[in-house]
Amino acid sequence: MTESAGIGGAGGKPIISIREVSKIFGGAVTAVDDVSLDIHEGEFFALLGPSGCGKTTLLRMLAGFEIPSLGQVLLDGQSLDGVPPNKRPINMVFQSYAVFPHMSVFDNVAYGLKITGVDKAETMARVDEALELVKLGGFGGRRPDQLSGGQRQRVALARALVKRPRVLLLDEPLSALDAKLREAMQLELVRLRETVGITFVIVTHDQAEALSMANRIAVMESGKVRQVAGPAELYEYPNCRFVADFIGKMNLFEGRVTGLAGNQITVQVEGLGEVTLPAVEQAEGEVGIAVRPEKLRLDREDPGAGRIAFRGRVSEVAYYGDTSNIFITDAAGRAVSANIQNEARRTDSHVAVGDDLWCSWDPQDTLVLTG
Amino acid sequence: MSVADEATPAPVLRRRWRREAIGPLDYSRRLWLRLTFLAALVFLYAPIITLIVFSFNDSRRNIVWRGFTFKYYEKALGNESLIEAFTNSLTIALLSTAASVVLGAMVAVLLWRFRFPGKAPLEGAMALPIVIPEICMGVAMLAFFARVGWPSDLIWPFNLGSIIIAHISFSFPFVAMVVRARLANFNRELEEAAKDLGASEWETFRDVLIPFMRPGLVAGGLLAFTLSLDDFVITFFTSGPDTVTFPVKVYSMVRFSVTPEVNAASTVLIVITLVLTALAMWLQNRSGQKAEELG
Ligand SMILES: Nc1ncnc2c1ncn2[C@@H]1O[C@H](COP(=O)(O)OP(=O)(O)OP(=O)(O)O)[C@@H](O)[C@H]1O
Ligand SMILES: [Mg+2]
Repeated sequence: MTESAGIGGAGGKPIISIREVSKIFGGAVTAVDDVSLDIHEGEFFALLGPSGCGKTTLLRMLAGFEIPSLGQVLLDGQSLDGVPPNKRPINMVFQSYAVFPHMSVFDNVAYGLKITGVDKAETMARVDEALELVKLGGFGGRRPDQLSGGQRQRVALARALVKRPRVLLLDEPLSALDAKLREAMQLELVRLRETVGITFVIVTHDQAEALSMANRIAVMESGKVRQVAGPAELYEYPNCRFVADFIGKMNLFEGRVTGLAGNQITVQVEGLGEVTLPAVEQAEGEVGIAVRPEKLRLDREDPGAGRIAFRGRVSEVAYYGDTSNIFITDAAGRAVSANIQNEARRTDSHVAVGDDLWCSWDPQDTLVLTG
Repeated sequence: MSVADEATPAPVLRRRWRREAIGPLDYSRRLWLRLTFLAALVFLYAPIITLIVFSFNDSRRNIVWRGFTFKYYEKALGNESLIEAFTNSLTIALLSTAASVVLGAMVAVLLWRFRFPGKAPLEGAMALPIVIPEICMGVAMLAFFARVGWPSDLIWPFNLGSIIIAHISFSFPFVAMVVRARLANFNRELEEAAKDLGASEWETFRDVLIPFMRPGLVAGGLLAFTLSLDDFVITFFTSGPDTVTFPVKVYSMVRFSVTPEVNAASTVLIVITLVLTALAMWLQNRSGQKAEELG
C-alpha cells in the first residue's frame, strides 16, 4: 500500500500492521479483500467507505471478534493470531454503545478494571478521571436508561478509555446522534484524542466526518482499500474515479490521451475538445478528467486562453445560503455542477435558469484519473 | 368566607363535568369496557373468593353460611396426613423448580447461542411436553418408572425422586421458552463489550447474560413452581402411598365430601403462592434498585 507522507502518520513506527488480510464469510462473501495498511502511534485513523464495503469487519478483526481468513494483524510488531479479544490491549466503542443496562454508569466504567483485578482505590480514581474526561462527572450513580443517547455514548467512551488501551476502535460512533450534536462530538473526539494520546481508529461512511476528524483516511470499496492518505491529499489528489466521486462532489469527463510532451499531456475530451494538462504517471489510453465544483468559474464572456472552458446553459440553481450550486448543461446534454460562493449580499439570483454562460477552470486544478 | 362564595363554583364544576364528551382514549368511561372488566374479575376471582369465604363457614356442608369460625383451619393443621401431603408438595415444587430453572436456562442459551446439527428438531421437541396431553404424560411416566425399576421404598425426601423428575420434565420447557423469548432481544454487542473489556467467556456469562436473563428466570421459575404445586394428573400416576401430594390428598378427601377443611387447606395454599409471588416480585424490584444505588 502507498505510504503517505501526510500529516502525522509517517515518522512513528506502526502500532498496527494489517498484512494482506482477507475475510471470507461462509466461503462465499469476501467482506475484506487483501488489505494491507499501517496505522501509526498517536494517529486518528479513519476507515471510510460506503455501506457493506467491509469497514466493520476490518475493525472487528483488529478487536479480535473476527479471525482473518488470510493474512495477519500485528500489534507493535507482534502477531495477534490466536489472541482473544479480552487479551488484546485494544478497546472498542460499539455502534450501539453496548452500555450494560443493569449497571450504573460508575459500574459500567469500572467493569473493565474490576475484571482484570485492579484494586478498589485505583479503580475509583481512574473511573472518576475517565468520567471527568468525557464530561460525565457526577453521573456515576445514574442508570443507563436515565441517560440521553449522547451521554450513553460518553459512557461507552469512558469505559474503553479507562482501560488505557494502546488503540481505541470506534464503529460509526456518531451515526445515532443528531446533526448538531454530531458536529460537537467530532471536535470533542479530536480534542479527546489529543488529551489522552491514544491511537484512534474510527469507522465511518460519512466523508465529511472522516475529513474533519482523521489525520489519515483509508477509503474502502467492496472489501479493498483504494487509497490511504491525509484528508487534503485525498480531496485534492484522489487516485481513482471511486475515491474522487466518494470524497466530496466531482465533475467527471471521460477522455483519451493523444499526446505526451515533457510534463504536459494532451487529452481529447468529449465536449471540451483537446485540452492540455499537467502530466501524471501512467496516463495513457482512456482516462477520467475530473474537477471539483468549487474550482469552476462562471463568466458571461469567454474566459480566454489558459483555462479549460465550455459554453453551456444554466439548468438548475440550488441556493444553500453561503453557497449556490449551479448546474450547467452543455451542448451534449451533460450537466456539470459548479459551486459558487455567495459573497455579496443579495436576494435576487444573478445567475438564472436559462442563462448562457462560460464555465471554465484552471488546468492545474484538473485531475487525471487512470484508476 | 361567606356561604355564597363556596357555593358558586360547585354548579360550574358539575356542569362542566357532565358536558365533557367521552374522549377517544377515555376507555375507562365506556360501558362495554367496564362490563368486560367486571366479567374478567368475576371469572377470575368469584370461585376463589367463594372458596376462601366458605373456609370460615361454621358448617359441615359448604352450601349455607352458618357463621364465622377458625375451626377448620385448626382441623386442617391437626390433620397429619394433610400436613404431610403439604410438605411433600412444597418440597417437590422447590426442588423441581430449582432444577427446571437451571436446565431450562441452559437449554435456552444453547438454542439461542449455537448453531448445531439437530437444532431445529430439538427446538420442536422442547415444545412437546407443553402440547402433549397431561394424561399421556402421566401414563408415560408411570410406564417409564415401572420399566426402569425405580425404587419405591426410599426414605423421605428421596422417595419423592420420581415425582420431582416427572415435574422437571414438564416444567423446564416452560422456563426454556420464557428465557428464550427474553434472549431474542439480547444485543450481542453487550457480550462483545464485556469480552472487549477483559472478561472471559464465563465472566461474560455471569456478568452480562445472567443479569439480562434474570426477569425471564424469575418468571419461568414462578411458572414452574405453580405448575408443580398444583399438578394433579401426572403426580397421581407417579405417586405411591407414601408420597401423596397436596392435590392428590385433596382429591381423596373430596371423594367423600367437600368439607370446609379442604377449603381451609386450599386457602393456605393460595396464601403461600401469593406470598411467594410477591416475594419474587419484590426481590426483582430490589435488585433493580440496588443497581441504582451503587456507585
Ligand atoms: N457474520 C457475517 N456473515 C456473513 N456475511 C457477513 C458477516 N458480517 C458481514 N458480512 C458481509 O460482509 C460485508 C461487509 O460487511 P461490513 O459489516 O464489514 O460492512 P460495513 O462496511 O461495516 O457496512 P456498514 O457501513 O453498512 O456498516 C457485507 O456484504 C456483509 O453482508
Ligand atoms: Mg458497519
